Order: sequence, then C-alpha cells, then structure tokens
Amino acid sequence: MPIFRAMRPRDLLCPKPAGLYCPPGDFYIDPVRPVARALITHGHSDHARAGHGHVLATGQTLDIMALRYGDDFAGDTQPIAYGETVTVNGVSVTFHPAGHVLGSAQIAVEHGGTRIVASGDYKRMPDATCAPFEPVRCDVFITEATFGLPVFRHPDDRAEIGRLLKSVAQFPERSHMVGAYALGKAQRVMRLIRDAGYDRPLYIHGALETLSAYYQEQGVDLGELRPATLGKGAKAEFAGAIVIGTPSAFADRWARRFPDPVSCFASGWMRIRQRARQRGVELPLIISDHSDWDELTDTIRETGASEVWVTHGREEALVRWCELAGIRAKALHLVGYEDEGD
Amino acid sequence: MNRFAELLDRLVLTPSRNGKLTLLVDYFRAVEDPDRGLALAAITGDLTIAAVKPAMLRALVTERMDPVLFGYSYDYVGDLAETVSLVWPEAEPSDSSHDPTLAEVVQALQSASRSDGPRVLAALLDAADVSARFAIIKLVTGGLRIGVTARLAKQALADFGKVDVAEIEELWHGLEPPYRPLFAWLEGKAPKPEKLAAALFRPVMLSNPVEDRDLEKLDPADYAAEWKWDGIRVQVVSERGVRRLYSRTGDDVSGAFPDLVRAVDFEAVLDGELLVGRPPEWTGTFSDLQQRLNRKSVSPKIQSEFPAFVRCYDLLQLGEEDTRELPLAQRRTKLETLVASLDPTRFDLSPQVAFSDWPALDALRTHPPHPIIEGVMIKRHDSPYLAGRPKGPWFKWKRDPFTVDAVLMYAQRGHGKRSSYYSDFTFGVWSGPEDATELVPVGKAYFGFTDEELRQLDKYVRDNTIERFGPVRSVRADRQQGLVLEIAFEGLNRSTRHRSGVAMRFPRISRLRWDKPAAEADRIETLTAMLD
Repeated sequence: MPIFRAMRPRDLLCPKPAGLYCPPGDFYIDPVRPVARALITHGHSDHARAGHGHVLATGQTLDIMALRYGDDFAGDTQPIAYGETVTVNGVSVTFHPAGHVLGSAQIAVEHGGTRIVASGDYKRMPDATCAPFEPVRCDVFITEATFGLPVFRHPDDRAEIGRLLKSVAQFPERSHMVGAYALGKAQRVMRLIRDAGYDRPLYIHGALETLSAYYQEQGVDLGELRPATLGKGAKAEFAGAIVIGTPSAFADRWARRFPDPVSCFASGWMRIRQRARQRGVELPLIISDHSDWDELTDTIRETGASEVWVTHGREEALVRWCELAGIRAKALHLVGYEDEGD
Repeated sequence: MNRFAELLDRLVLTPSRNGKLTLLVDYFRAVEDPDRGLALAAITGDLTIAAVKPAMLRALVTERMDPVLFGYSYDYVGDLAETVSLVWPEAEPSDSSHDPTLAEVVQALQSASRSDGPRVLAALLDAADVSARFAIIKLVTGGLRIGVTARLAKQALADFGKVDVAEIEELWHGLEPPYRPLFAWLEGKAPKPEKLAAALFRPVMLSNPVEDRDLEKLDPADYAAEWKWDGIRVQVVSERGVRRLYSRTGDDVSGAFPDLVRAVDFEAVLDGELLVGRPPEWTGTFSDLQQRLNRKSVSPKIQSEFPAFVRCYDLLQLGEEDTRELPLAQRRTKLETLVASLDPTRFDLSPQVAFSDWPALDALRTHPPHPIIEGVMIKRHDSPYLAGRPKGPWFKWKRDPFTVDAVLMYAQRGHGKRSSYYSDFTFGVWSGPEDATELVPVGKAYFGFTDEELRQLDKYVRDNTIERFGPVRSVRADRQQGLVLEIAFEGLNRSTRHRSGVAMRFPRISRLRWDKPAAEADRIETLTAMLD
C-alpha cells in the first residue's frame, strides 16, 4: 500500500535554463526565453518577456506588456484577478498582490498537498500606486534578495521626497532631475511628490509618457505632467522645475537642455554612498520597489515557510540568515534577472 | 544631530563650490548655537574628540550581529564607518527618546573616559538614526572627508555674515568652538570679536597675473622685481612668545615644520616662500619640498634631509609696529635689517632683480637662473600691504608653461553642469621600443578647453568609444588613430604611484591637435628628461 505523502517541493517547481518550471502543470513562472505557457508576476522587462505561447497574468500586467511590446506580444493571454484560483493541468494557481508595481503578483502554486509561493519582486512599504503585499502561508517561499544584506534598510519614502522638495526650495535657479525606472518607480515618485503637497507641473522624459498615462487611467492620480522634450533652447523655463526621466536619460545629451541640474536618483542602491558617487548623483533618494533586509526576513517568518528558495540578488546573506533562524534555505541561481533594476 | 548628518550627506555628494556654500550658509542660518559652531569646528578640523580605532568599532558591531553577515555587508560596502552605520540595530522608537543635538553628542564623547568610550559610543549609536550614526562614527574616527576645506567653510561664514573672508581669517585663530561671539557678530547681534589672542594670522596680499598689454602703461621705474619661487606661501608670526606658521589661507601648519618654528627667535610677522634646502648654496625643487608637505609628523631623518627655510619678501609687523601701512620700499629696508640678524639657515632674503625695462625683465622671466623659479613678481615701490588681491600694485609674471603632445586615452563623465559631458580626460604618451610602442598614461585634465571644444571632445569620445567602465570610457588610441591633445603644465614630479613614473603639476588642455597624427605625439623620454 502506498502511504500518502505530500508532493516533494522540487517535483512541483524546479529551476530550468528558461526559468522556474512546474512539471505537473507544464508551465514556467517569469521565463527568460519564449515558452509555450508562462505565468508572469509583473511587467518589468526581465520578468515579462514577449514571445510566449500562452500568458497568464493580472489584467494590469497584461496591459503593461501590450503597451511595451505591442498587442501581439503573446499567442494567447488570460487575465486573472487577485485572489482568483485557476487550475493549470491539475495544478491550482492563485495570484496575490506583491506590492511591487501596478499589477504585480505573487503566484501560489499548489498540488498534492504542497504549496509554494513564488513572490516575484515584492515590497512591504505602503505604496499608493499599487495594491499592498499580502502574506500567504506556504511550505516553500521563493523570494528575491535584491537588497538581501543587513545594510539595506529603506527609510520612509515620504522623508526622501521631503529632502527632494527641500533641495528644490534651496536651489530655485537649478532644475532637479530625478532618475527613476519607467515602470513603477517613476509613477510612485510622482505620486509621493503630489502627496507631499507639490502641485506644480512635473516634467517627464518621453520614455515615461505611455506608462504614466496608463497609471492615470487606472486611477492613480499623478497631477499635471508635461513633456520635458519641448521648449528646446528655453533653458530658463526649467529653472526650479522637477524633471523625471529614466536613469539612462541623464547621462545622455538630452540632459543638457536643463539649467545647472541637480542630479537625483530614486533607488534602493542610493543607500550606499559610493554608489551615488560613482553615478555622479548629488541628491540620492533612497526609494525602492524591493524589500529591504527587514522586510525580507519579516516576510519569510510571516509566511510560516519551512523552506526558502532565493532567486536573485545577494543570496548568500539571506541563506545565512535562514540558517541562523532554523529555516532550510538554498539559492536557486536563476539567471537573466537584473540585479540592478530598482 | 540630524541636521548635521544631513549636511554631511549633502556636502559629500555636491561637487560645485557654490552648491557647497549654499548648503553651509543655509545650515548656519537654520541651526542655533552651539550646534552650528560645533559643526563648523568639525568641518575645519578644530574639534577635539578622542579617536576610536576601527578594531573597536568592529568589535562593538559584531557583539550585536552575526559576524558572517557583518562580513558580507562590509565586503559589499567597503567603508567601515558606513557599514557600521547601516547595520547597527535600530532601537525600538520610544516616546521618551528625543533626537540628540550635536552638542549633546560631542559633550558625551568628549567627557567619556578611555574605558568608558566604547559604551558611550554604543549608547549614542543606539539613540541615533542611520544618517546620524554615520556622522557620529565620522566624528570619532577622525577626518570627515567631505570635500570641504577650512577655507571654504570660512568663505561660507563670510557669505552668511556678508563680510569679507579676510576678516574671518584674521580673527579665526583667536576663536574657540563653538564660536558664539563670531556668529553673534555675523548676525549683527554683537560687535566684532576683539583680536585678543597673540600670533593671529594676517590676511595675505595677492598679485594679479600680467595680462596682454598690462605693462605698456606702467613705468618700470615705479616697480621692483623679485623672483617668483615655486614653494608655498607662508606667514611666520611671532608675538609675545607665541610662534606660528600659517599657510596662505590661514591654516596653522606649524606642526609640520618644527625645525623652522624652533628657529623663530624674533618678534615680527614675515611673509615669504617656504622652501627646502640649505641657503644660499642649495635650494630644493618642488619635489623635494613635497617630502615635507601633508605630513602629520616629520621624522628627524626627513627634517635633516629636507630642512625647511623661508625666503622672506615682506614684513607685516616688527615688534609692536604694524608695518602694513608703510610703502613697500620702507618695509623692504626694515626686512633686510631684520633678516640679516636671523638664523641664515632658516631665513634668507628673496633678492630683488634689477631691470631697466619690461623687455629686459621678460628675458629674465623666460630664462630664470634656477629650476625652482617660476617667473617674476612685480611690486610697486609705494604699495602698502593690502589684504586680498587689489588690482595694480602687485603682478606675477610666470614663465611659459611646459607643453607636451599626448594622446587621449580615457574620458570620464563630469559632475553637476557637466554630468552629461565626458569632460575629464586621461592622456598618455608613447613608451617602449620603436617596434612595440604603447601609450602610458601621464595625467588627467578637466579644464583648459572652451565650451565649444568640450562639445567637440564629448562627441569625439562618444564616437570613438571602445570600452565602458561605469562612468569611464576608453577611446580608440593607437598609432593609426587617436586624438592628440597639447597639454600645458607647470612642472613634473617623480611619482612611484603612476606607471609612467611622472606626475604633472597643474596639467590642462591647451590645444586640440586635430591635425596631428597620433603616432607623432611625444614619447615618455621627453618628459623624463625634464626631471632633474
């Protein structure tokens, strides 16, 4: 007589060159190369790629993929709501909010009495531009470790924006150029600026227009946004202005149209002074869409997981912490996810 | 404490001088006594706090966290003070906790006994937030390293109080942290503090460079000329038994030159050039002088190998008499008499150079008799000694700079206004045997070009990049292709830190040689031949 045993976690999800694979369900989570069936946690380009046969993701993630890659980014798409469960080849799959960017989700995969949560990228700090993270009890918790070192503790984001606005008042003749990733961070920064009571127009780089408009459509109020690409030659127009662009835009010739810019960069990496110095950042804003060290370790405890798999980032420190806490842990060594993207 | 911590965080990343001044002035305006004065003292290096050793800091933190996790963290961050400030366990916020002031922190640190030190430091770190922790650790490990000189801090005080920086410099050494009377005066709430202390610094008189046609209008008979020595400008002050050696900007540098200070046995204030050597037969080069600069302590060996002396050219005070109002000719006479009575190995007189007309002086300037002469000084006989850089009485007329044709090798993005431009350029000259020459870097320059030339250079870098390393790009530079830059510089030192073995003084890009093939740029031998 076979004795009933819960499925071994590694038989439910395992790392493959294309990404995290579920053999019984025959699907991948956030695959880095085209596959027949993909479940996507969120719209950042290292997690959401074009060319899959079938994509299951939240409606907002699907919208974002369509905006970035065009409507034909996948053979077939299926939207799923937060909290909704669908069955894929007998494996039940539920999406829960991850608090990372608009539409971001953790994916709970359950089969044969074993539940694994693949959390994608996530954060616990409140963010007015997306649904808050929801801890899900599970046997195995798969976590990122982008900021998986005790040195990373993100401060209150409102205080960071407070420093930006103080500097704007202190240097009224200069423009403040805020580097922020195009999906999520940029809109969060805009929203934080609005919440701090700043109601003058914000100037944005062309690369942010589509996604910012989408956020506004989805009910995230970002106030008046103006293109920073107009008014060539009229430098003085931008004195005292806040200009938001992608980080790469500021190293570009594009940046020259602004008067004596104060370069700011909104990222969790800005916690480390040398990082700021290397990039020539004058005003680092420590605002991250990833969990800091305390959020990572608190979340692991909250999920009640007896085993933790670490996908990308500084795995060794988080694995060490789990060992000290008596939780089994290993690094998955998945390749293809950007460590730097924040 | 948090405002001080924020100030440090901003200063360290603000490249522009004006930006730093704004931050400092705003801080002095917003923060009350005694915190602002203590911050000022911390920046100027006038705050005395018993130093904490890195090993002790490390011990404190590893008592509080897993040493392995600390090790990973330190490896990643690379700076001990910063790592400790980041990983220090956050205390639970309680209602009774209040944000400690800088004064409270300094008071706690200064009054801690040796055995008590670690406990006091730990308690302060427990009560502080992450920025404040960094600031506290910087205070106790010594050396803020925030790119603000004492001179810049004094300029900020001058801007804050709308007074001339010379007034601050003159008062400075008579004042003590937290400088309440100084701030009260700068805010117009009290009269100017009296100069009570002895041996204060006197603001120095500076010259203007000779520009085209400046001299045509001047009568050579009104002027005296002297050699311009390539040492460092110093002021020797001896009053009521207090002896000090000041740099041009009023920094007290006595500690580095005990041999010289010992020889001060007069009551006067002298202005002159600090050099090394044994006058009159041997005057050392600038490289020799560098053996004595930027040292905390000087060994007897270095003192005897490179003895310091002052080549005097002006007299600001003699006994009780302030001579600054007297015309130069009279000061000079008094100076000659005084110097004749001093230790000749430590003080000699900068000789005046006779000349009949400007072309004759020009010939002397371009062919000076000694390698450590970098031109001539021209001073009006009737000029009083005035603080600052008045236009007219004094001129400096330097010999032409050296030039070398080098090839552009690397470019780095600039800061602030120049953050979108590749504006810091590393250049090299050819070295090695004729059949296998390679470029060896000899220097880095980030000025000398016009805005239009910067645009051209930036475009060249972007169009010819072969590799990128963060903010740095390497550009194509070989025998067939490369951009030749004419580099002007003031002198050359031997260097063990650079592969080329030479370090340029004050290099700048004087011309872009679009016309010159890279293979025809200079070889390293051209430079090494210039070393003495």
